[in-house]
Amino acid sequence: MIVLVTGLLAFSGALLMLIAAVGLLRMPDFYTRMQAAAKAGTLGILLIVAATGITLGSISALLHAFLASLFFLLTAPVAAHLLGRAAYLSGIRPWVLEDELAGRYHPATHELRSSNAPTASAPGIDRVEETLS
Amino acid sequence: MTERLVGLPVESPLLVAAIVVLVSALLLALVRVVRGPTIPDRVIALDLMASLVVGLLLLLGAVLELLAIVDIAIVLALIAFLSTVAFASLIERRTRE
Repeated sequence: MIVLVTGLLAFSGALLMLIAAVGLLRMPDFYTRMQAAAKAGTLGILLIVAATGITLGSISALLHAFLASLFFLLTAPVAAHLLGRAAYLSGIRPWVLEDELAGRYHPATHELRSSNAPTASAPGIDRVEETLS
Repeated sequence: MTERLVGLPVESPLLVAAIVVLVSALLLALVRVVRGPTIPDRVIALDLMASLVVGLLLLLGAVLELLAIVDIAIVLALIAFLSTVAFASLIERRTRE
């Protein structure tokens, strides 16, 4: 019974990671590829971690599995966000009709403005406006 | 140890199928690493390859019933995360200058 459960967990996790790899190969631009790899890959590795933890079965194995899954849940979105931001700033345009981020990043400091309004009430905005002009 | 490895398919064919699926996903990600038109494409493909190898290590740990392999997998995941962050900051810093 436990063998069946862990086998199903490991196999579905592996299938999800295969979906992530296929998405990485087939998606049209960098950002869609990135979200395919980040989300499907994370869920896949979580299922495999759960399968390993249940297979080994001991308290310390379950604790290892819990800590590993916590680690994956914390790091995968951070890595994807940093890489997406770096890619956008290095000039890779997303595969969209209208790029709503265009002009929001300051070209020199890479600070992000949230709105197009020139005089916003937020404290940090004025400084960005100064450096822009 | 070899006896367990040989006896594995009878015990749990799903685990072996999972390993086969993971290796094929590894090959697909390798195609993106080779082809990928930009550097971030290659970095994200390498990140996915690293987590695929982590998955393979975890399955190996489950098959061999060795808890130490899980530790190795966690360390490999940590190295992959740090290298991705380093690549991201490298790409971003190169465009700022």
